[in-house]
Amino acid sequence: MGEPMKIRAQMKGDVAEVRVLMSHPMETGMRKDNDGKTIPAHFIQTMTVSLNGKPVVSGQLNTSVSRNPVFGFKIKGAKAGDKISVTWKDNKGDTRTDEAAIA
Amino acid sequence: MDMIRRTVLKGAGATGVLAGLIAAGVLKPTLAYANEWNKAAFEAKDFDAALKAIGGEGAATNPALSMKAPEIAENGAVVPIDVISNLPDTTSIAVLVKKNPLPLASVFEFSGGAQGEVSVRLKVSETSVIQAIAKAGGKSYSVQREVKVTVGGCGG
Repeated sequence: MGEPMKIRAQMKGDVAEVRVLMSHPMETGMRKDNDGKTIPAHFIQTMTVSLNGKPVVSGQLNTSVSRNPVFGFKIKGAKAGDKISVTWKDNKGDTRTDEAAIA
Repeated sequence: MDMIRRTVLKGAGATGVLAGLIAAGVLKPTLAYANEWNKAAFEAKDFDAALKAIGGEGAATNPALSMKAPEIAENGAVVPIDVISNLPDTTSIAVLVKKNPLPLASVFEFSGGAQGEVSVRLKVSETSVIQAIAKAGGKSYSVQREVKVTVGGCGG
């Protein structure tokens, strides 16, 4: 399931600014541990940001996205109190969804 | 009774047509939503191949598409990149790191009210050109910045 995401969504004028912090190792599969064994790749492959249940951003990520990924998006036509939900899925099939209300 | 049956039949017929169109690839129900990981593009080791896989080859620059990136990144593990597209009808933004072992870093597709703007943090293995490809109105546009990565791991 992974750790909870931190989602901050705030109205700036008529645009909602959304910032998402995901907790994930984003392991590239190219690093080696102390014994010289390759650490297998473990990374988020897809993510979706939804506004009131309707997808507005869908992202595909590679191993080169930094550990504990942070994203910023802007959504027009949203208003305070609207619900932002974010879902990610990694290459091991693990998935997590969290939501927050726009402030 | 008969009326209801007719309506149901009509409805079923329409659904059948829709399914046929989807199967034929005319309609894309997935558009932005099914969100399938583009394996070929993400696993491409060659920059040009990755660029081609996302339809970004020969993309023109445009002043409405810009990128914010640090000139010098002390920590190549976390390099903040902002891509801002003011091109009307921006549908997607992809970010590539030219010198990375796997150049394509991420692709974002926008729908609904989402603006053509994204902030992301990337691993950059060495000093490299960062290139973003935005798609707007069915055309591809490009913007790039060079980021110098300071070698030395712990900053010593």
